[in-house]
Amino acid sequence: MPTATADRKLTAKDFQVPFPNDWCPGCGDFGILNAIQQAFAKLELEAHQVAVVGGIGCSGKAPYFFPTYGVHTLHGRLLPFAHGIKLANPEMTVVGVGGDGDGLGIGAGHFVNSGRRNLDMTYILFNNEVYGLTKGQAAPTLAMGLQPKSLPEPNIQGQLNSLMMAMSVGFTWIGRGYSYNVKKVVDLVVEAIRHPGLSFLDILQPCPTYNNLHTKDWYAGKDLNSGQPRIYWLDDTDYDPVIPPDADEATALGKMNEFLSKVHEWGDEIPAGVFLDNRATSTFADRIETRIENYRAQPPNKRVIADGSGKPTADLSKIFDEVRMT
Amino acid sequence: MTNNHDELAWRIGGPQGSGVDTAAGIFQRACALGGLNVFGRREYYSNIMGRHSYFDVRVAHHPVHSHCDEVQVLTTFEDEALARHATSVVEGGALFYSAKDAEVEVQAVTYLDTRAKDDLVAYLEERGLPATLRGLIEDAQQRGVQTYEADFVKIVELLADHLNIAQALAARTMNTLAVAMSLALVDYQRSHVYDALAKTWPGRQKIVDMNVAAVDMAYQFVRDTYETSKFEHRLTPSGSKEPRILLNGNQAVAMGKIAAGLTFQSYYPISPATDESVYLEAHETFPTANGEEGSVLVVQTEDEISAVCMAAGAALTGARSATATSGPGFALMVEGLGWAGNNEVPLVITLYQRGGPSTGLPTRSEQGDLFLALNAGHSEFPRIVLASSDLDEAFYDAAAAFNYAERYQTVVVHILDKSLSSKTMSVPPYDLEQIHIDRGEVASLNGDGEPGSLYPRFAPTESGITPRPLIGMAGGMHWLTGGEHTQYGRVTEDPVVREQQMEKRMRKLETAAREIPLEDKLQVYGDPKADFTVLSWGSNKGAIVEAIELLAEEGIAARLIQVRIMSPFPAAELEEVLATAKPLVGVEANFSGQLAQVLRQHTGIACDKLVVKYNGRPMAGRRLHETFKTIMDGTDETKIVLRNPNE
Repeated sequence: MPTATADRKLTAKDFQVPFPNDWCPGCGDFGILNAIQQAFAKLELEAHQVAVVGGIGCSGKAPYFFPTYGVHTLHGRLLPFAHGIKLANPEMTVVGVGGDGDGLGIGAGHFVNSGRRNLDMTYILFNNEVYGLTKGQAAPTLAMGLQPKSLPEPNIQGQLNSLMMAMSVGFTWIGRGYSYNVKKVVDLVVEAIRHPGLSFLDILQPCPTYNNLHTKDWYAGKDLNSGQPRIYWLDDTDYDPVIPPDADEATALGKMNEFLSKVHEWGDEIPAGVFLDNRATSTFADRIETRIENYRAQPPNKRVIADGSGKPTADLSKIFDEVRMT
Repeated sequence: MTNNHDELAWRIGGPQGSGVDTAAGIFQRACALGGLNVFGRREYYSNIMGRHSYFDVRVAHHPVHSHCDEVQVLTTFEDEALARHATSVVEGGALFYSAKDAEVEVQAVTYLDTRAKDDLVAYLEERGLPATLRGLIEDAQQRGVQTYEADFVKIVELLADHLNIAQALAARTMNTLAVAMSLALVDYQRSHVYDALAKTWPGRQKIVDMNVAAVDMAYQFVRDTYETSKFEHRLTPSGSKEPRILLNGNQAVAMGKIAAGLTFQSYYPISPATDESVYLEAHETFPTANGEEGSVLVVQTEDEISAVCMAAGAALTGARSATATSGPGFALMVEGLGWAGNNEVPLVITLYQRGGPSTGLPTRSEQGDLFLALNAGHSEFPRIVLASSDLDEAFYDAAAAFNYAERYQTVVVHILDKSLSSKTMSVPPYDLEQIHIDRGEVASLNGDGEPGSLYPRFAPTESGITPRPLIGMAGGMHWLTGGEHTQYGRVTEDPVVREQQMEKRMRKLETAAREIPLEDKLQVYGDPKADFTVLSWGSNKGAIVEAIELLAEEGIAARLIQVRIMSPFPAAELEEVLATAKPLVGVEANFSGQLAQVLRQHTGIACDKLVVKYNGRPMAGRRLHETFKTIMDGTDETKIVLRNPNE
């Protein structure tokens, strides 16, 4: 991969690969993929310093469309794999890409507990409210009572609010995008990756094959009297998502309350943009450094464990002394 | 059991949380400091406070390989310990009990199982003794056991007066008092007990001083109070000054991992694996030869699924990475295990077996997970499975596991069991010179390569091993996937590529089988020419070696073939060594003889007899010795189940 120089800026093309893509025509995934590729170029990332980690499902295949390190993991498990990579090699830019069923259904436990760690990585959720690759079953994000075309009966399980869940478990940057507004999504991905902690970007997307309720036209508001798009952008309002580094508890709590009322808006007007940018919570690497001082300089993948002849460098004499009898 | 001065089998039992472990620790240290070889066995319930726990400590001038079902000195802190173990004291042995426990009716012992109560009552009835613990004491007396009523409350009062401290404070020395009374009875050198206290509470002189006073009090109390002339057993220090460390199996594995360069370990709490990860976290930084601070990053995850996936992710970056678990956790790790096998990830999983199935016997031992370790996962992928039998192997195998993982680029399951994890032994300090670190084939890359170029990470090779780029290396970009994949790691369903990749992966196992030396595959103990052949694996080894030594003392030749590597299974090597076996006796701590079945699957060789134990408790050498004798005497039984209802 070329790196950016004074004469040459990286473009999305530098993060594309010459392989055919087998997503359905009109799939919302394309807009998200395109936006991430543009964002990588904008951030001037070097391909070998990026790991794109996917779950299972249509969106889980996204890693194959980047010339970076691409890890197609197990259903629901992208976060633990991504954590392992980032913890052992903190220099990597790690981006998780997966579906709403993958992350909030089978992978919900990892979603919850990743929030508690606030590791510096980005999780991009491809949210189309259905399980696409298994032909359209209800995802945890589908509202109760709805019946997309694959469901034999209306959904009788409740809807999970992913943004609220992300906030409650500790994600420190939370945003929402819409896959047909690529320009906005590029900016959101850039900001999410730049955020020095765990960022969650939920991207609404139509599934043209299985979600016949929330289509491109629905998002465009074509069914509304106003004819106005349903999505509106928070940066066009006076909503301020930032919790500054020195925020006291009352400020943080106030911000959480604003967040809560905002994430409940849905229906004819759907907010998108940055909902939370919490700069007050320490990152996992910061916390590790309080125990292992040279963690960033000597992370797990870099530590020299043997000399040239294969002799271990670890000195166990103190460890043996603790249990030494004679 | 002989009444010489060179050895002693001691047991202490009491409610969990009362300090049985602390007491056993002091006892073991006192003996180790006197140059004695120490073997400790810890038994406990899945419970925090109140349930019965006990600790067997066997010490001797000669090496000790296993515990004894029968003991010479028993110290009890509670009614249940007295109820369960009074019958296990040998003739000529000694039993300490609390006055308050003696009049308790067997049926009134709080947590004693109904089955055990009924059996004990019947036992006492047969002997015309009252159905109380007093009945058991009388029974012991009739069998020639010296019984000593130990009024710990009174001794604590004396100590409080003597030191002018509160009784509640003095009561904290109860464990020390119990240990010291036993050691006073066998007239063990008191200075070693003092030194053991200093080792137990390093840098806490006040506590040590108080406990030293308790030791003096106990020695004097025993001399002044008991009629000890009828108890003839004595224990003398060996005087050996050979360097010894005293540790358990969890610690040995953790130390082996640190020596081998582990830098990342994930885990989810589960008995009996947790202690290893907690030990690692407590020792997360340490000095290194190159002056840098060494470290292991230990991460407690939300579940075992996360633990295995996180460890695999870390391994992909080049970190030596592992996770540790037990059966139920391993069951959850299976999908991740398959992913790591498919992606040729050097991942080490330490599997401490416990009683199963399902939750089973969480704090008891079993060798029930051999099939699981060998077969876990859908479809097929290569795996190396190592089985350690003692603390030395636990240490060196823990280190070797990473070499195998990185050399063959696949998953290594290192199997131990609860009995080994909590077993304590005094051993010579481990020699790091014996550890050679082999990082396997890592891709050597120069620069970024061509724009958009990808690295053929899974290119087929003759050995099956392809140099691997580590995540983050410039020019090493490739994909990893749970799917079948091309040499670049890109998902494919092409039938020819599928065949190539399947064959490439499985070929690594043949390479491993060729390269791994015989001594790492199996070991022979006893008389290598003997016909009578025991086939076993794992932590039974100690008991079997002891049994074979006892046979040798009687002039009977026998040998043990210990299988150390379960995959690749050393079929050809076993066929050769077992050709003369007659009879072939499988010994396993599981129901069906899993190794015996694997042997038959690979070689067609069937064991003539099977000796199994599946009550969650480890085998003892003397019991096995008796069992081997019944086999030699021509028993008709083909499957002999070892039982010990009082354990």
